[in-house]
Amino acid sequence: MSDQGYVVTPKTPGIVAGRIFIYGLLVLAGVYFLLPFLVMVLTSLKSMEDIRTGTLISLPRQITLEPWREAWGSACIGVQCEGIRGYFMNSVRMVIPAVIISTMLGAVNGYVFSKWRFKGSEIIFSLLLIGCFIPFQVILLPMAITLGRFGLAQSLTGLVMVHIVYGLAFTTLFFRNFYVAVPDDLVRAARIDGAGFFTIFWRIILPLSAPIIVVTVIWQTTQIWNDFLFGVVFTGGETQPVTVALNNLVNTSTGVKEYNVDMAAAIIAGAPTLMVYIVAGRYFLRGLTAGAVKG
Amino acid sequence: MEVEGKARRTGLTEHLQAWLPKIVLSPTILAGAVFIYGFILWTAWISLTPSGLLPRYEFAGFEQYVKLFQNDRWWVASRNLAIFGVLFVGLCILFGLILAILLDQRIRIEGALRTVYLYPMALSFIVTGTAWRWMLNPALGLERLVRQAGFETFTFDWLVNSKMSIYTIVIAGVWQSTGFVMALFLAGLRGIDDSIIRAAQVDGASLPRVYWRIIIPSMRAVFFSSVIILSHIAIKSFDLVMVLTRGGPGYSSDLPATFMYTFAFTRNRLGFGAASAMMMFMAVMAIIVPYLYSELRTQRRV
Repeated sequence: MSDQGYVVTPKTPGIVAGRIFIYGLLVLAGVYFLLPFLVMVLTSLKSMEDIRTGTLISLPRQITLEPWREAWGSACIGVQCEGIRGYFMNSVRMVIPAVIISTMLGAVNGYVFSKWRFKGSEIIFSLLLIGCFIPFQVILLPMAITLGRFGLAQSLTGLVMVHIVYGLAFTTLFFRNFYVAVPDDLVRAARIDGAGFFTIFWRIILPLSAPIIVVTVIWQTTQIWNDFLFGVVFTGGETQPVTVALNNLVNTSTGVKEYNVDMAAAIIAGAPTLMVYIVAGRYFLRGLTAGAVKG
Repeated sequence: MEVEGKARRTGLTEHLQAWLPKIVLSPTILAGAVFIYGFILWTAWISLTPSGLLPRYEFAGFEQYVKLFQNDRWWVASRNLAIFGVLFVGLCILFGLILAILLDQRIRIEGALRTVYLYPMALSFIVTGTAWRWMLNPALGLERLVRQAGFETFTFDWLVNSKMSIYTIVIAGVWQSTGFVMALFLAGLRGIDDSIIRAAQVDGASLPRVYWRIIIPSMRAVFFSSVIILSHIAIKSFDLVMVLTRGGPGYSSDLPATFMYTFAFTRNRLGFGAASAMMMFMAVMAIIVPYLYSELRTQRRV
Protein backbone atom coordinates (compact mmCIF):
# COMPACT_ATOMS: atom_id res chain seq x y z
CA MET A 1 0.00 0.00 0.00
CA SER A 2 1.29 3.43 -0.85
CA ASP A 3 0.73 6.19 1.67
CA GLN A 4 -2.34 7.55 -0.11
CA GLY A 5 -3.87 4.13 -0.42
CA TYR A 6 -3.89 4.09 -4.23
CA VAL A 7 -3.44 0.84 -6.08
CA VAL A 8 0.28 0.29 -6.24
CA THR A 9 1.54 0.18 -9.80
CA PRO A 10 5.08 -0.90 -10.68
CA LYS A 11 7.19 1.77 -12.38
CA THR A 12 7.37 0.24 -15.82
CA PRO A 13 8.88 2.28 -18.69
CA GLY A 14 5.32 2.79 -19.95
CA ILE A 15 4.23 4.43 -16.71
CA VAL A 16 7.31 6.66 -16.66
CA ALA A 17 6.69 7.73 -20.25
CA GLY A 18 3.09 8.47 -19.32
CA ARG A 19 4.18 10.68 -16.44
CA ILE A 20 6.58 12.59 -18.68
CA PHE A 21 3.81 13.02 -21.24
CA ILE A 22 1.43 14.43 -18.61
CA TYR A 23 4.02 16.84 -17.24
CA GLY A 24 4.90 17.87 -20.80
CA LEU A 25 1.29 18.71 -21.63
CA LEU A 26 0.77 20.63 -18.41
CA VAL A 27 3.91 22.71 -18.84
CA LEU A 28 3.00 23.38 -22.46
CA ALA A 29 -0.39 24.66 -21.34
CA GLY A 30 1.37 26.84 -18.79
CA VAL A 31 3.55 28.35 -21.50
CA TYR A 32 0.44 29.00 -23.60
CA PHE A 33 -1.22 30.88 -20.76
CA LEU A 34 1.92 32.84 -19.91
CA LEU A 35 2.90 33.74 -23.47
CA PRO A 36 0.59 36.74 -23.96
CA PHE A 37 1.86 38.24 -20.74
CA LEU A 38 5.50 37.65 -21.68
CA VAL A 39 4.86 39.23 -25.08
CA MET A 40 3.35 42.24 -23.33
CA VAL A 41 6.37 42.68 -21.07
CA LEU A 42 8.86 42.17 -23.91
CA THR A 43 7.06 44.58 -26.21
CA SER A 44 6.82 47.23 -23.52
CA LEU A 45 10.60 47.21 -23.14
CA LYS A 46 11.38 47.65 -26.85
CA SER A 47 11.77 50.75 -28.96
CA MET A 48 9.45 51.09 -31.99
CA GLU A 49 12.47 50.52 -34.23
CA ASP A 50 13.11 47.27 -32.40
CA ILE A 51 9.47 46.24 -32.79
CA ARG A 52 9.47 46.91 -36.54
CA THR A 53 12.55 44.77 -37.14
CA GLY A 54 12.00 42.01 -34.58
CA THR A 55 9.22 39.52 -33.86
CA LEU A 56 6.77 39.05 -31.00
CA ILE A 57 9.10 36.94 -28.93
CA SER A 58 12.48 38.38 -29.92
CA LEU A 59 14.33 39.90 -27.00
CA PRO A 60 14.75 43.68 -26.96
CA ARG A 61 18.11 44.67 -28.43
CA GLN A 62 18.24 47.47 -25.96
CA ILE A 63 15.91 47.64 -22.99
CA THR A 64 14.12 50.96 -22.79
CA LEU A 65 11.77 52.28 -20.14
CA GLU A 66 10.66 55.14 -22.34
CA PRO A 67 7.30 53.42 -23.28
CA TRP A 68 6.48 53.06 -19.58
CA ARG A 69 7.26 56.71 -18.92
CA GLU A 70 5.13 57.72 -21.88
CA ALA A 71 2.21 55.43 -20.96
CA TRP A 72 2.16 56.76 -17.42
CA GLY A 73 2.68 60.44 -18.05
CA SER A 74 2.55 61.68 -21.64
CA ALA A 75 0.68 59.37 -24.03
CA CYS A 76 -2.23 61.01 -25.83
CA ILE A 77 -5.71 59.79 -24.89
CA GLY A 78 -8.30 61.76 -26.81
CA VAL A 79 -7.06 65.34 -26.88
CA GLN A 80 -5.20 65.11 -23.56
CA CYS A 81 -1.56 64.06 -23.65
CA GLU A 82 -0.95 63.27 -20.01
CA GLY A 83 -0.79 59.48 -20.03
CA ILE A 84 -2.99 57.18 -18.00
CA ARG A 85 -1.86 58.47 -14.60
CA GLY A 86 -4.97 60.54 -13.97
CA TYR A 87 -7.30 57.73 -15.07
CA PHE A 88 -5.46 55.28 -12.87
CA MET A 89 -6.10 57.57 -9.92
CA ASN A 90 -9.77 57.81 -10.95
CA SER A 91 -10.00 54.04 -10.68
CA VAL A 92 -8.39 54.13 -7.24
CA ARG A 93 -10.80 56.83 -6.09
CA MET A 94 -13.70 54.83 -7.50
CA VAL A 95 -12.75 51.41 -6.10
CA ILE A 96 -12.08 52.37 -2.48
CA PRO A 97 -15.48 53.85 -1.51
CA ALA A 98 -17.44 51.45 -3.73
CA VAL A 99 -15.78 48.38 -2.20
CA ILE A 100 -16.04 49.56 1.40
CA ILE A 101 -19.70 50.55 1.20
CA SER A 102 -20.91 47.56 -0.78
CA THR A 103 -19.05 45.15 1.52
CA MET A 104 -20.45 46.72 4.69
CA LEU A 105 -24.01 46.67 3.41
CA GLY A 106 -23.54 43.13 2.14
CA ALA A 107 -22.40 41.96 5.57
CA VAL A 108 -25.45 43.37 7.36
CA ASN A 109 -27.81 42.11 4.65
CA GLY A 110 -26.29 38.64 4.73
CA TYR A 111 -26.67 38.63 8.50
CA VAL A 112 -30.39 39.39 8.22
CA PHE A 113 -30.98 36.87 5.42
CA SER A 114 -29.30 34.07 7.37
CA LYS A 115 -29.97 34.76 11.05
CA TRP A 116 -33.05 37.00 11.20
CA ARG A 117 -35.24 35.46 8.57
CA PHE A 118 -38.76 36.75 8.46
CA LYS A 119 -41.79 35.88 6.42
CA GLY A 120 -40.91 36.60 2.80
CA SER A 121 -37.17 37.10 3.38
CA GLU A 122 -36.29 34.06 1.28
CA ILE A 123 -38.31 35.39 -1.63
CA ILE A 124 -36.70 38.80 -1.31
CA PHE A 125 -33.30 37.12 -1.30
CA SER A 126 -34.13 35.13 -4.45
CA LEU A 127 -35.34 38.28 -6.19
CA LEU A 128 -32.15 40.07 -5.19
CA LEU A 129 -30.11 37.14 -6.45
CA ILE A 130 -31.45 37.66 -9.95
CA GLY A 131 -29.74 41.05 -9.76
CA CYS A 132 -26.41 39.18 -9.94
CA PHE A 133 -27.28 37.83 -13.32
CA ILE A 134 -29.15 40.46 -15.31
CA PRO A 135 -27.27 41.71 -18.35
CA PHE A 136 -26.53 45.28 -17.35
CA GLN A 137 -27.56 46.54 -20.79
CA VAL A 138 -31.10 46.30 -19.52
CA ILE A 139 -30.56 49.03 -16.89
CA LEU A 140 -28.11 51.30 -18.72
CA LEU A 141 -30.62 53.66 -20.31
CA PRO A 142 -32.75 54.36 -17.20
CA MET A 143 -29.59 54.75 -15.13
CA ALA A 144 -28.11 57.22 -17.60
CA ILE A 145 -31.35 59.21 -17.60
CA THR A 146 -31.57 59.13 -13.78
CA LEU A 147 -27.93 60.14 -13.24
CA GLY A 148 -28.44 62.98 -15.68
CA ARG A 149 -31.49 64.19 -13.82
CA PHE A 150 -29.58 64.29 -10.51
CA GLY A 151 -26.64 66.11 -12.08
CA LEU A 152 -24.37 63.07 -11.70
CA ALA A 153 -23.90 62.29 -15.39
CA GLN A 154 -20.24 61.82 -16.36
CA SER A 155 -19.17 62.01 -12.71
CA LEU A 156 -17.10 59.69 -10.59
CA THR A 157 -19.65 59.97 -7.76
CA GLY A 158 -22.35 58.63 -10.05
CA LEU A 159 -20.12 55.75 -11.13
CA VAL A 160 -19.33 54.85 -7.51
CA MET A 161 -23.06 54.75 -6.73
CA VAL A 162 -23.74 52.50 -9.71
CA HIS A 163 -21.03 50.09 -8.58
CA ILE A 164 -22.41 50.01 -5.04
CA VAL A 165 -25.97 49.33 -6.18
CA TYR A 166 -25.12 46.52 -8.59
CA GLY A 167 -22.44 45.07 -6.31
CA LEU A 168 -24.89 44.69 -3.44
CA ALA A 169 -26.52 41.55 -4.79
CA PHE A 170 -23.14 39.80 -4.92
CA THR A 171 -21.84 40.96 -1.55
CA THR A 172 -25.14 40.00 0.09
CA LEU A 173 -24.96 36.56 -1.51
CA PHE A 174 -21.39 36.02 -0.28
CA PHE A 175 -22.10 36.98 3.32
CA ARG A 176 -25.44 35.19 3.46
CA ASN A 177 -23.93 31.91 2.26
CA PHE A 178 -21.09 32.26 4.75
CA TYR A 179 -23.35 33.05 7.71
CA VAL A 180 -25.70 30.17 6.92
CA ALA A 181 -22.86 27.89 8.03
CA VAL A 182 -22.54 29.69 11.40
CA PRO A 183 -24.53 27.66 13.96
CA ASP A 184 -27.88 29.24 14.79
CA ASP A 185 -27.41 28.14 18.41
CA LEU A 186 -24.75 30.81 18.87
CA VAL A 187 -27.26 33.48 17.95
CA ARG A 188 -30.09 31.86 19.91
CA ALA A 189 -28.01 31.61 23.09
CA ALA A 190 -27.04 35.27 22.79
CA ARG A 191 -30.67 36.26 22.32
CA ILE A 192 -31.70 34.40 25.44
CA ASP A 193 -28.98 36.31 27.28
CA GLY A 194 -30.70 39.48 26.13
CA ALA A 195 -28.33 40.51 23.34
CA GLY A 196 -30.00 42.53 20.58
CA PHE A 197 -29.67 42.62 16.80
CA PHE A 198 -26.57 44.79 16.59
CA THR A 199 -24.89 43.42 19.72
CA ILE A 200 -24.97 39.93 18.25
CA PHE A 201 -23.67 41.23 14.95
CA TRP A 202 -20.75 43.11 16.51
CA ARG A 203 -19.84 40.65 19.25
CA ILE A 204 -20.49 37.28 17.63
CA ILE A 205 -20.93 37.44 13.88
CA LEU A 206 -18.38 40.06 12.82
CA PRO A 207 -15.42 38.49 14.68
CA LEU A 208 -16.06 35.28 12.70
CA SER A 209 -16.23 37.09 9.38
CA ALA A 210 -12.58 37.77 8.54
CA PRO A 211 -12.32 35.17 5.72
CA ILE A 212 -15.52 36.19 3.98
CA ILE A 213 -14.63 39.88 4.29
CA VAL A 214 -11.33 39.15 2.54
CA VAL A 215 -13.09 37.15 -0.19
CA THR A 216 -15.69 39.87 -0.73
CA VAL A 217 -13.22 42.76 -0.74
CA ILE A 218 -11.03 40.96 -3.26
CA TRP A 219 -13.99 40.04 -5.46
CA GLN A 220 -15.41 43.56 -5.43
CA THR A 221 -12.02 45.20 -5.98
CA THR A 222 -11.34 43.01 -9.01
CA GLN A 223 -14.82 43.41 -10.45
CA ILE A 224 -14.97 47.17 -10.05
CA TRP A 225 -11.39 47.84 -11.12
CA ASN A 226 -11.86 45.70 -14.23
CA ASP A 227 -15.27 47.10 -15.14
CA PHE A 228 -15.53 48.67 -18.55
CA LEU A 229 -19.24 48.83 -19.38
CA PHE A 230 -20.32 51.18 -16.58
CA GLY A 231 -17.18 53.25 -17.01
CA VAL A 232 -17.66 53.80 -20.72
CA VAL A 233 -21.37 54.59 -20.41
CA PHE A 234 -21.48 56.72 -17.26
CA THR A 235 -18.24 58.72 -17.40
CA GLY A 236 -16.56 60.88 -19.98
CA GLY A 237 -13.35 62.79 -20.51
CA GLU A 238 -11.40 63.34 -17.34
CA THR A 239 -13.56 61.20 -15.07
CA GLN A 240 -12.99 57.94 -16.94
CA PRO A 241 -11.57 54.92 -15.12
CA VAL A 242 -8.34 53.35 -16.33
CA THR A 243 -9.95 50.55 -18.37
CA VAL A 244 -11.82 53.07 -20.51
CA ALA A 245 -8.69 55.19 -20.93
CA LEU A 246 -6.69 52.13 -21.96
CA ASN A 247 -9.30 51.21 -24.55
CA ASN A 248 -9.21 54.76 -25.91
CA LEU A 249 -5.41 54.71 -26.05
CA VAL A 250 -5.34 51.38 -27.87
CA ASN A 251 -8.05 52.38 -30.31
CA THR A 252 -6.67 55.79 -31.19
CA SER A 253 -6.12 55.73 -34.89
CA THR A 254 -4.25 59.00 -35.33
CA GLY A 255 -0.49 59.01 -35.73
CA VAL A 256 1.90 56.10 -35.55
CA LYS A 257 0.65 53.17 -33.49
CA GLU A 258 3.00 52.78 -30.56
CA TYR A 259 2.53 49.17 -29.50
CA ASN A 260 5.18 49.41 -26.82
CA VAL A 261 3.28 52.24 -25.12
CA ASP A 262 0.00 50.28 -25.44
CA MET A 263 1.56 47.28 -23.74
CA ALA A 264 3.10 49.32 -20.92
CA ALA A 265 -0.26 51.01 -20.34
CA ALA A 266 -2.05 47.64 -20.35
CA ILE A 267 0.35 46.23 -17.76
CA ILE A 268 -0.09 49.30 -15.57
CA ALA A 269 -3.89 49.02 -15.84
CA GLY A 270 -3.75 45.31 -14.96
CA ALA A 271 -1.11 45.54 -12.23
CA PRO A 272 -3.38 46.17 -9.21
CA THR A 273 -5.68 43.19 -9.80
CA LEU A 274 -2.75 41.00 -10.78
CA MET A 275 -1.03 41.89 -7.50
CA VAL A 276 -4.17 41.06 -5.57
CA TYR A 277 -4.32 37.71 -7.36
CA ILE A 278 -0.69 36.87 -6.66
CA VAL A 279 -0.90 37.85 -2.99
CA ALA A 280 -4.31 36.36 -2.24
CA GLY A 281 -5.03 33.87 -5.02
CA ARG A 282 -6.71 31.42 -2.68
CA TYR A 283 -9.32 33.95 -1.63
CA PHE A 284 -9.73 35.12 -5.21
CA LEU A 285 -10.60 31.60 -6.33
CA ARG A 286 -13.06 31.20 -3.48
CA GLY A 287 -14.86 34.34 -4.52
CA LEU A 288 -14.90 33.20 -8.12
CA THR A 289 -16.44 29.82 -7.37
CA ALA A 290 -18.76 31.13 -4.66
CA GLY A 291 -20.02 33.89 -6.91
CA ALA A 292 -20.43 31.59 -9.84
CA VAL A 293 -21.72 28.29 -8.56
CA LYS A 294 -23.75 28.87 -5.46
CA GLY A 295 -27.20 30.31 -5.34
CA MET B 1 -46.95 50.16 38.66
CA GLU B 2 -43.23 49.65 38.33
CA VAL B 3 -43.64 46.13 37.03
CA GLU B 4 -46.12 47.29 34.44
CA GLY B 5 -43.75 50.04 33.19
CA LYS B 6 -40.92 47.61 32.83
CA ALA B 7 -43.11 45.19 30.96
CA ARG B 8 -44.20 47.87 28.54
CA ARG B 9 -40.60 48.88 27.91
CA THR B 10 -39.47 45.36 27.10
CA GLY B 11 -42.52 45.07 24.90
CA LEU B 12 -41.40 48.13 23.00
CA THR B 13 -37.75 47.07 22.60
CA GLU B 14 -38.87 43.64 21.56
CA HIS B 15 -41.13 45.22 19.04
CA LEU B 16 -38.22 47.28 17.78
CA GLN B 17 -35.98 44.22 17.73
CA ALA B 18 -38.53 42.42 15.59
CA TRP B 19 -38.58 45.32 13.14
CA LEU B 20 -34.86 46.01 13.14
CA PRO B 21 -33.91 43.35 10.57
CA LYS B 22 -36.50 44.73 8.17
CA ILE B 23 -35.40 48.31 8.77
CA VAL B 24 -31.76 47.37 8.18
CA LEU B 25 -32.68 45.57 4.98
CA SER B 26 -34.96 48.27 3.65
CA PRO B 27 -32.34 50.38 1.79
CA THR B 28 -31.24 47.29 -0.15
CA ILE B 29 -34.80 46.23 -0.86
CA LEU B 30 -35.60 49.72 -2.05
CA ALA B 31 -32.45 49.86 -4.21
CA GLY B 32 -33.23 46.45 -5.67
CA ALA B 33 -36.84 47.34 -6.36
CA VAL B 34 -35.93 50.60 -8.09
CA PHE B 35 -32.57 49.94 -9.72
CA ILE B 36 -33.12 46.35 -10.78
CA TYR B 37 -36.81 45.74 -11.26
CA GLY B 38 -37.96 49.32 -11.76
CA PHE B 39 -35.24 49.96 -14.31
CA ILE B 40 -35.97 46.75 -16.20
CA LEU B 41 -39.60 47.84 -16.50
CA TRP B 42 -38.46 51.31 -17.53
CA THR B 43 -36.29 49.83 -20.29
CA ALA B 44 -39.20 47.65 -21.37
CA TRP B 45 -41.35 50.77 -21.54
CA ILE B 46 -38.75 52.69 -23.60
CA SER B 47 -38.60 49.75 -25.97
CA LEU B 48 -42.33 50.19 -26.65
CA THR B 49 -42.02 53.89 -27.54
CA PRO B 50 -40.70 55.68 -30.61
CA SER B 51 -37.87 57.25 -28.52
CA GLY B 52 -34.93 58.53 -30.53
CA LEU B 53 -32.37 60.95 -29.15
CA LEU B 54 -34.59 61.73 -26.17
CA PRO B 55 -37.01 59.42 -24.40
CA ARG B 56 -40.62 60.00 -25.54
CA TYR B 57 -43.18 58.13 -23.57
CA GLU B 58 -45.92 57.44 -26.08
CA PHE B 59 -46.93 53.91 -26.84
CA ALA B 60 -45.80 52.62 -30.20
CA GLY B 61 -46.45 48.92 -29.75
CA PHE B 62 -43.81 46.51 -30.91
CA GLU B 63 -42.55 48.78 -33.66
CA GLN B 64 -38.96 48.79 -32.35
CA TYR B 65 -38.90 45.00 -32.14
CA VAL B 66 -40.20 44.71 -35.68
CA LYS B 67 -37.42 47.05 -36.83
CA LEU B 68 -34.93 45.04 -34.82
CA PHE B 69 -35.91 41.79 -36.48
CA GLN B 70 -35.68 43.43 -39.89
CA ASN B 71 -32.25 44.78 -39.12
CA ASP B 72 -29.47 42.90 -40.85
CA ARG B 73 -26.88 44.00 -38.30
CA TRP B 74 -28.94 42.53 -35.45
CA TRP B 75 -28.94 39.15 -37.17
CA VAL B 76 -25.20 39.34 -37.70
CA ALA B 77 -24.82 40.07 -33.99
CA SER B 78 -27.15 37.20 -33.04
CA ARG B 79 -25.42 34.78 -35.39
CA ASN B 80 -22.06 35.86 -33.98
CA LEU B 81 -23.34 35.24 -30.48
CA ALA B 82 -24.37 31.73 -31.51
CA ILE B 83 -20.94 31.04 -33.03
CA PHE B 84 -19.08 32.63 -30.15
CA GLY B 85 -21.31 31.07 -27.50
CA VAL B 86 -21.04 27.51 -28.79
CA LEU B 87 -17.29 27.64 -29.39
CA PHE B 88 -16.52 29.57 -26.21
CA VAL B 89 -18.57 27.28 -23.96
CA GLY B 90 -17.49 24.08 -25.72
CA LEU B 91 -13.77 24.84 -25.89
CA CYS B 92 -13.54 26.20 -22.35
CA ILE B 93 -15.18 23.06 -21.00
CA LEU B 94 -13.08 20.74 -23.16
CA PHE B 95 -9.74 22.33 -22.28
CA GLY B 96 -10.74 23.01 -18.70
CA LEU B 97 -11.72 19.38 -18.15
CA ILE B 98 -8.54 18.03 -19.77
CA LEU B 99 -6.35 20.31 -17.67
CA ALA B 100 -8.24 19.42 -14.50
CA ILE B 101 -7.88 15.67 -15.12
CA LEU B 102 -4.18 16.02 -15.89
CA LEU B 103 -3.64 18.18 -12.81
CA ASP B 104 -5.43 15.61 -10.68
CA GLN B 105 -2.70 12.99 -11.27
CA ARG B 106 -0.75 13.91 -8.13
CA ILE B 107 1.33 16.54 -9.89
CA ARG B 108 4.18 17.96 -7.84
CA ILE B 109 3.97 21.53 -9.15
CA GLU B 110 0.18 21.66 -9.12
CA GLY B 111 -0.04 24.89 -7.11
CA ALA B 112 2.25 26.81 -9.44
CA LEU B 113 0.51 25.51 -12.58
CA ARG B 114 -2.91 26.35 -11.20
CA THR B 115 -1.77 29.89 -10.48
CA VAL B 116 -0.52 30.24 -14.05
CA TYR B 117 -3.70 28.81 -15.62
CA LEU B 118 -5.94 31.08 -13.65
CA TYR B 119 -4.21 34.46 -13.70
CA PRO B 120 -6.05 35.77 -16.79
CA MET B 121 -9.27 35.73 -14.76
CA ALA B 122 -7.82 38.43 -12.51
CA LEU B 123 -7.26 40.75 -15.46
CA SER B 124 -9.71 42.98 -17.26
CA PHE B 125 -10.74 41.86 -20.73
CA ILE B 126 -9.52 45.26 -21.82
CA VAL B 127 -5.99 44.43 -20.65
CA THR B 128 -5.86 40.94 -22.13
CA GLY B 129 -7.66 42.15 -25.25
CA THR B 130 -4.92 44.72 -25.76
CA ALA B 131 -2.34 41.93 -25.67
CA TRP B 132 -4.29 39.75 -28.11
CA ARG B 133 -4.89 42.66 -30.44
CA TRP B 134 -1.16 43.14 -30.66
CA MET B 135 -0.38 39.46 -31.15
CA LEU B 136 -3.07 38.95 -33.79
CA ASN B 137 -1.99 42.06 -35.66
CA PRO B 138 -1.32 40.86 -39.22
CA ALA B 139 1.67 43.08 -39.95
CA LEU B 140 3.83 42.61 -36.89
CA GLY B 141 2.22 39.86 -34.81
CA LEU B 142 1.95 36.07 -35.10
CA GLU B 143 1.90 36.18 -38.88
CA ARG B 144 5.30 37.84 -38.96
CA LEU B 145 6.65 35.45 -36.31
CA VAL B 146 5.70 32.37 -38.33
CA ARG B 147 6.91 33.91 -41.59
CA GLN B 148 10.29 34.67 -40.10
CA ALA B 149 10.46 31.08 -38.89
CA GLY B 150 10.53 30.08 -42.56
CA PHE B 151 6.88 29.74 -43.62
CA GLU B 152 6.86 32.71 -45.91
CA THR B 153 3.36 32.37 -47.29
CA PHE B 154 1.71 31.99 -43.89
CA THR B 155 -1.20 34.38 -43.49
CA PHE B 156 -3.14 35.04 -40.33
CA ASP B 157 -5.34 38.05 -40.89
CA TRP B 158 -8.44 37.10 -38.88
CA LEU B 159 -8.45 40.40 -37.04
CA VAL B 160 -9.07 42.35 -40.25
CA ASN B 161 -10.94 39.66 -42.16
CA SER B 162 -14.68 40.15 -41.84
CA LYS B 163 -15.36 36.43 -42.32
CA MET B 164 -13.02 35.43 -39.49
CA SER B 165 -13.01 38.35 -37.05
CA ILE B 166 -15.50 36.74 -34.64
CA TYR B 167 -13.07 33.85 -34.14
CA THR B 168 -10.43 36.17 -32.73
CA ILE B 169 -12.91 36.93 -29.95
CA VAL B 170 -13.25 33.18 -29.40
CA ILE B 171 -9.46 32.75 -29.17
CA ALA B 172 -9.02 35.49 -26.59
CA GLY B 173 -12.16 34.54 -24.64
CA VAL B 174 -11.21 30.87 -24.37
CA TRP B 175 -7.68 31.78 -23.31
CA GLN B 176 -9.07 33.99 -20.56
CA SER B 177 -11.71 31.66 -19.12
CA THR B 178 -10.30 28.13 -19.47
CA GLY B 179 -8.45 28.33 -16.15
CA PHE B 180 -11.66 29.14 -14.37
CA VAL B 181 -13.44 26.09 -15.76
CA MET B 182 -10.37 24.03 -14.88
CA ALA B 183 -10.74 25.21 -11.27
CA LEU B 184 -14.42 24.23 -11.20
CA PHE B 185 -13.69 20.76 -12.54
CA LEU B 186 -10.72 20.28 -10.24
CA ALA B 187 -12.92 21.04 -7.25
CA GLY B 188 -15.44 18.51 -8.63
CA LEU B 189 -12.75 15.85 -9.07
CA ARG B 190 -11.52 16.38 -5.52
CA GLY B 191 -15.04 15.79 -4.26
CA ILE B 192 -15.26 12.30 -5.78
CA ASP B 193 -14.93 9.40 -3.38
CA ASP B 194 -11.58 7.66 -3.97
CA SER B 195 -12.95 4.27 -3.01
CA ILE B 196 -15.12 4.11 -6.15
CA ILE B 197 -12.05 4.65 -8.32
CA ARG B 198 -10.04 2.09 -6.39
CA ALA B 199 -12.80 -0.48 -6.60
CA ALA B 200 -13.02 -0.03 -10.37
CA GLN B 201 -9.25 -0.31 -10.73
CA VAL B 202 -9.22 -3.49 -8.67
CA ASP B 203 -11.85 -4.83 -11.04
CA GLY B 204 -9.32 -4.31 -13.80
CA ALA B 205 -10.64 -1.13 -15.47
CA SER B 206 -7.92 1.04 -17.00
CA LEU B 207 -7.52 4.60 -15.81
CA PRO B 208 -8.88 6.27 -18.99
CA ARG B 209 -11.86 3.93 -18.80
CA VAL B 210 -12.47 4.83 -15.16
CA TYR B 211 -12.49 8.49 -16.11
CA TRP B 212 -14.69 8.05 -19.14
CA ARG B 213 -17.26 5.73 -17.60
CA ILE B 214 -17.34 6.72 -13.93
CA ILE B 215 -15.70 10.01 -13.07
CA ILE B 216 -16.81 12.28 -15.92
CA PRO B 217 -20.48 11.16 -15.78
CA SER B 218 -20.49 11.75 -12.02
CA MET B 219 -19.59 15.40 -12.55
CA ARG B 220 -22.84 16.24 -14.31
CA ALA B 221 -23.48 19.06 -11.85
CA VAL B 222 -20.16 20.74 -12.66
CA PHE B 223 -20.85 20.49 -16.40
CA PHE B 224 -24.25 21.99 -15.81
CA SER B 225 -22.98 24.98 -13.83
CA SER B 226 -20.08 25.54 -16.24
CA VAL B 227 -22.44 25.70 -19.21
CA ILE B 228 -24.71 28.14 -17.37
CA ILE B 229 -21.91 30.40 -16.17
CA LEU B 230 -20.10 30.43 -19.51
CA SER B 231 -23.25 31.07 -21.56
CA HIS B 232 -24.02 33.89 -19.21
CA ILE B 233 -20.53 35.36 -19.76
CA ALA B 234 -20.95 34.90 -23.52
CA ILE B 235 -24.24 36.78 -23.71
CA LYS B 236 -22.81 39.65 -21.68
CA SER B 237 -19.52 39.80 -23.65
CA PHE B 238 -18.77 43.38 -24.46
CA ASP B 239 -15.30 44.50 -23.35
CA LEU B 240 -13.39 42.00 -25.44
CA VAL B 241 -15.13 42.95 -28.67
CA MET B 242 -14.73 46.66 -27.98
CA VAL B 243 -10.98 46.44 -27.52
CA LEU B 244 -10.17 43.73 -30.07
CA THR B 245 -12.23 44.65 -33.12
CA ARG B 246 -14.74 47.36 -32.10
CA GLY B 247 -17.25 45.08 -33.78
CA GLY B 248 -15.42 45.36 -37.10
CA PRO B 249 -14.38 45.15 -39.83
CA GLY B 250 -17.70 46.84 -40.62
CA TYR B 251 -20.00 45.16 -38.13
CA SER B 252 -18.80 41.65 -38.83
CA SER B 253 -17.85 40.87 -35.22
CA ASP B 254 -20.70 42.66 -33.47
CA LEU B 255 -22.34 40.93 -30.53
CA PRO B 256 -25.74 41.92 -29.05
CA ALA B 257 -23.98 43.76 -26.20
CA THR B 258 -21.95 45.95 -28.57
CA PHE B 259 -24.97 46.34 -30.85
CA MET B 260 -27.01 47.69 -27.95
CA TYR B 261 -24.23 50.07 -26.90
CA THR B 262 -23.77 51.39 -30.43
CA PHE B 263 -27.44 52.12 -31.05
CA ALA B 264 -28.38 53.37 -27.60
CA PHE B 265 -25.32 55.48 -26.85
CA THR B 266 -23.50 56.45 -30.02
CA ARG B 267 -26.36 56.55 -32.52
CA ASN B 268 -28.92 57.81 -30.01
CA ARG B 269 -31.72 55.47 -30.97
CA LEU B 270 -33.04 54.88 -27.47
CA GLY B 271 -36.14 52.83 -28.26
CA PHE B 272 -34.28 50.61 -30.69
CA GLY B 273 -31.39 50.11 -28.25
CA ALA B 274 -33.87 49.34 -25.45
CA ALA B 275 -35.53 46.68 -27.59
CA SER B 276 -32.19 44.96 -28.16
CA ALA B 277 -31.43 45.18 -24.42
CA MET B 278 -34.75 43.50 -23.66
CA MET B 279 -33.88 40.68 -26.06
CA MET B 280 -30.60 40.15 -24.20
CA PHE B 281 -32.41 40.24 -20.90
CA MET B 282 -34.89 37.60 -21.98
CA ALA B 283 -32.12 35.36 -23.30
CA VAL B 284 -30.26 35.54 -19.98
CA MET B 285 -33.40 34.94 -17.95
CA ALA B 286 -34.28 31.90 -20.03
CA ILE B 287 -30.97 30.39 -18.92
CA ILE B 288 -30.66 31.71 -15.37
CA VAL B 289 -34.14 31.37 -13.89
CA PRO B 290 -34.42 27.57 -14.27
CA TYR B 291 -30.85 27.30 -12.97
CA LEU B 292 -31.51 29.39 -9.87
CA TYR B 293 -34.75 27.55 -9.30
CA SER B 294 -33.03 24.16 -9.31
CA GLU B 295 -30.15 25.48 -7.16
CA LEU B 296 -32.48 26.88 -4.52
CA ARG B 297 -34.56 23.72 -4.52
CA THR B 298 -31.59 21.42 -3.98
CA GLN B 299 -30.41 23.73 -1.21
CA ARG B 300 -33.72 23.51 0.58
CA ARG B 301 -33.74 19.75 0.32
CA VAL B 302 -30.33 19.51 2.03
